[in-house]
Amino acid sequence: MEIDPFIFRLSIFILSIFVGYYVVWSVTPSLHTPLMSVTNAISSVIIVGAIIAALANSDGDVFANSSLFGFLAITLAAINIFGGFLVTQRMLAMYKKKKKDK
Amino acid sequence: MISANLSAIFYLISGVLFILALRGLSSPETSRQGNFFGIVGMIIAITVTFLAVGNFSTGLLYVFVFLLVGGSIGAFIAYKIPMTAMPELVAGFHSLVGLAAVFVAISAFINPGAFNLGSPGNIKLASLIEMSIGAAVGAITFSGSVIAFLKLQGIMSGSPITFKGQHILNAIILISIFVLTYYLCATQSSNLFWILIAVSFLIGFLLIIPIGGADMPVVISMLNSYSGWAAAGIGFTLENTALIITGALVGSSGAILSYIMCKGMNRSFFNVILGGFGATEQSKSNQNKEQKPVKSGNADDAAFLMKNASSVIIVPGYGMAVAQAQHALREMVDALKKLDVKVSYAIHPVAGRMPGHMNVLLAEANVPYDEVFELDEINNDFANADVAYVIGANDVTNPVAKTDPQSPIYGMPVLDVEKCKSVLFVKRSLSAGYAGIDNDLFYRDNTLMLFADAKKMTEEIIKSL
Repeated sequence: MEIDPFIFRLSIFILSIFVGYYVVWSVTPSLHTPLMSVTNAISSVIIVGAIIAALANSDGDVFANSSLFGFLAITLAAINIFGGFLVTQRMLAMYKKKKKDK
Repeated sequence: MISANLSAIFYLISGVLFILALRGLSSPETSRQGNFFGIVGMIIAITVTFLAVGNFSTGLLYVFVFLLVGGSIGAFIAYKIPMTAMPELVAGFHSLVGLAAVFVAISAFINPGAFNLGSPGNIKLASLIEMSIGAAVGAITFSGSVIAFLKLQGIMSGSPITFKGQHILNAIILISIFVLTYYLCATQSSNLFWILIAVSFLIGFLLIIPIGGADMPVVISMLNSYSGWAAAGIGFTLENTALIITGALVGSSGAILSYIMCKGMNRSFFNVILGGFGATEQSKSNQNKEQKPVKSGNADDAAFLMKNASSVIIVPGYGMAVAQAQHALREMVDALKKLDVKVSYAIHPVAGRMPGHMNVLLAEANVPYDEVFELDEINNDFANADVAYVIGANDVTNPVAKTDPQSPIYGMPVLDVEKCKSVLFVKRSLSAGYAGIDNDLFYRDNTLMLFADAKKMTEEIIKSL
């Protein structure tokens, strides 16, 4: 019998939780705030679903019911993507090592 | 237009890049590269989606318009936001992820054909369950984050809001979410779908209002985790690997952060979530607050003590963020270093309003990160240090946590500030901290209270150095 593709996705999901577990424990505590802002940015990859929804109606009504929600979601996710990555970059640029003794 | 298999491979690549983005944060040197990986992963995911959909009609133009509008708003916020407002910003961003998840779930429900999930009223059962989970968790994330945002911003009072029967009400609502999901799957009724979303919004709101201001580090981490699970739920619906991987990463990341924060307070996760901490203890502590002698001093005394010290440890807390004293603090440290005083910073895991809050503020003030230490790294050094300069922290220095089993914070790991030869405690008044208990430290012989605004006091000390 063939295995349901759902099982494969579930496997990816479970393994990713473990990867996340070990990767996040190795994050240095001083970078926990950037960690939150970057996880915020990457979770906005949900925008792929928004794009599919927005482009669902190929002809005619661009803003049909389901597409409208797609467009709204695109805007929200875009705020997050740009805002999240840029603010992370801004924060990380501030972390400097001690200069050699003056 | 590219094949489904090819696009799946590209989604996998962007998932791996996201893992590398988090991996980079293991040290500040590699972190910028990590962020770059994250950006590349996002660009790949978005580009592949355009190619996979392969619809280049006028709709695409609008997608770019909305992308640009959202992007400019995001970029504008990212450049303008002051570092002290980072907790609010993160809470705000969480709410957007949550709402976006709800919107995607709604459009998938209205138009399942676009996602290959069947037809309206006849959606595949598994997809419907996944969709409901994504929508419910997304809605909880949204309303919960909005409340967290309002509390952090000070628009809503930071003190816990509790009422009779709160826990029972929450339990009933949570159960009703499961019941609604069950009937939704059985009937495919769109009314039930809308009710499910509305109820989820409500429970997100109710779950966060009883939680007080200083427990926000746990709340923000928890909502971070929820936003990940919501994304994963949508990822299963869309059968998208990048979303599933990311959702799992973010979900476990937030969960670990909540765990670290709870441990920093020696409280269980449920104790924090059930809320009301601080409000109930207040009355008890007021009774035994007899007048005890307190030594207070001025900036000159403090400057004298620190000038003659050979090592000083700085303990910053939320008060430093409120007073925006981080720059003044760094100037003071520079002045001390010129006088050959060794200075380091000690950060408690729950100092501030979110994980790593103090570290970011100190980094903003150009404090090198190798002078900043975590609780475990520095706690033994207090015994050998001459002066501890406590600025805006309170409960995290309270020795009661080690001595009094009756105290609500008993067992919480604290910084051993009292072991220093002398302690300088910058505070506006003798009032109790968040936990509502008196700080024993105020009345110690080696403590000198500096009653003033954190920033003003630090500036005055600089002058007298």
